[in-house]
Amino acid sequence: MTATPLVEVKNIKKYFPVKKGILGLKKSYVKAVDDVSFTIHKGETLGLVGESGCGKSTTGRLIMSLLDATEGQIYFEGNEITTLSDNEIRKARRDFQMIFQDPYASLNPRMMVKDIINEPLIVHGFEPKERMKRVKELLEVVGLNAYHADRYPHQFSGGQRQRIGIARALAVSPKLIIADEPVSALDVSIQSQILNLLKDLQNSFDLTYLFIAHDLSVVEHISDRVGVMYLGKIVEIADKKTLYKDPQHPYTKSLLSAVPIPDPKLKRERIILKGDIPSPASPPSGCTFHTRCPLATEVCKKEVPKLRETSDGHYVSCHLV
Amino acid sequence: MANPETSGLATEMALDQNVEKSSPVKDFWRKFKKQRLALVAGVFILILVIIAIIGPVITPYSSDEPDYANVLQGPSLEHLAGTDNYGRDIFSRILEGTRISLSVGTISVLLGALIGTILGLISAFYGKWVDSIIMRICDVLFAFPGILLAIGIIAILGPSLVNVVIAISIFSIPNFARIVRSSALSIKSTVYVEATKSIGAKNRRIIWKHIFPGTISSIIVNFTMRIGTAILTAASLSFLGLGAQPPTPEWGAMLSGGRDYLSTAPHLTFYPGLAIFLTVLAFNLFGDGLRDTLDPKIKD
Repeated sequence: MTATPLVEVKNIKKYFPVKKGILGLKKSYVKAVDDVSFTIHKGETLGLVGESGCGKSTTGRLIMSLLDATEGQIYFEGNEITTLSDNEIRKARRDFQMIFQDPYASLNPRMMVKDIINEPLIVHGFEPKERMKRVKELLEVVGLNAYHADRYPHQFSGGQRQRIGIARALAVSPKLIIADEPVSALDVSIQSQILNLLKDLQNSFDLTYLFIAHDLSVVEHISDRVGVMYLGKIVEIADKKTLYKDPQHPYTKSLLSAVPIPDPKLKRERIILKGDIPSPASPPSGCTFHTRCPLATEVCKKEVPKLRETSDGHYVSCHLV
Repeated sequence: MANPETSGLATEMALDQNVEKSSPVKDFWRKFKKQRLALVAGVFILILVIIAIIGPVITPYSSDEPDYANVLQGPSLEHLAGTDNYGRDIFSRILEGTRISLSVGTISVLLGALIGTILGLISAFYGKWVDSIIMRICDVLFAFPGILLAIGIIAILGPSLVNVVIAISIFSIPNFARIVRSSALSIKSTVYVEATKSIGAKNRRIIWKHIFPGTISSIIVNFTMRIGTAILTAASLSFLGLGAQPPTPEWGAMLSGGRDYLSTAPHLTFYPGLAIFLTVLAFNLFGDGLRDTLDPKIKD
């Protein structure tokens, strides 16, 4: 892990301004992503988990440059992409593509499948002759048929649509694919098909994934490393095995204890968190998790914990570890 | 290559071999057929269009040659709608007037729709100050009653049919701009537009390939409805002497010419009035039917 990482995210922040007061003059901010740093190495899958609203999708969109970061830098193969102009970003997107959560919303209902998959090829200047061949090839790669090209998205099931979305993302042979909850809108039986497809594609095309999800078992299945987010911050990031076997952060522990085990006889301790996730518009002082942490002490209320390496490649942000 | 062989997928494939090939045009026709009233209105409009094209061929009399032997005659077999104060056949004049009314209505709304659509798309896509400026200008135009605005424009440009077209198209612009803006705004925030952006597509491509096609149905509906209004406005302006000038057989001008004979020969005003009424009604009904068919919220 000494080579330049494919993606390096450094202290990235995204604050959304919210206008308050009668004239909208008082500004406050929703801290969607607050000082997040991590790296993604070539060929690996980094899973990003957390509750809804914790900023995991925002992080994905920041890397895609669909949103501009408030602060911080993102490097792609060593080049900073946060400072690129709109036009340069457009060209750079050839190397990173995205798969969206809802396959019912991410395909234009007025376009035929071939036009949807063709679009990235047109945008990035592929030869017209090459394009149709490539579209058919891609359809086969994702497990559909070439004759599906002349249909509209509404003629497909959710799983098939997600395959179309994957074909579109693959079209220009990207290096990184950001998958924003790609299976959470699908039936459980279809989920595993799509997950296996993603794994197969990773092997065939040497892809790197940032896999965003809220389902821990899905993430365990596909990821090499996993990062856990809480209220816009990464609280723990480690190897998949280490994280699932030896979670350090109390939040990770409680998350893992909530994963159902398919054995009714097996008893284990469930850590049930009190209360709801606080509003990211006014996050708690100190460690943002202290309001719900069963182990919180005085220090946690005052000081913001730093992400520290506890063992090789295992980073935790907690005063008590 | 990936080979996701799973039984679920296999059945899915087998099933969808039989999916009926559907196209937007077929879908549209299937739903539109059910709108009886709109269908009748559509046929009526089609007849009007045919009359407008081949008008002079089928008119039984010349529309502007006076016949002083047959002045102010009531409807008869010879003159279906009677004759006016110069002895001209009113039926022939109405047929000839169809061309004027339809073309004034269509051209003016077409111009308004063209400019309004472009402004609406720009306004929705770029937002911020561009949006504010365009929408405030539209607000100003909206604040004038339509006919007053048209009178004002004609007062500046001078009375003629061409200026009526210009006036009507100007006050159609804000209408289209608003409608296109609102549907463009909702499309702009969809995930598939975001997906297109993430592919690396240029703004121009996003606007014309993704946002614009989504606004077409509302443009078509509004277009049809506005033609009715435009014909009515053009007739009103001609009635006031600001549009078509006599002896042009424009419906509004004919109404105006028949005013003095309202009590003695009401057919002079009745038939042109009926023509205006039926035409505007047909366009409104047709527009209603289109809206019900094209609105995605009304499912069959």
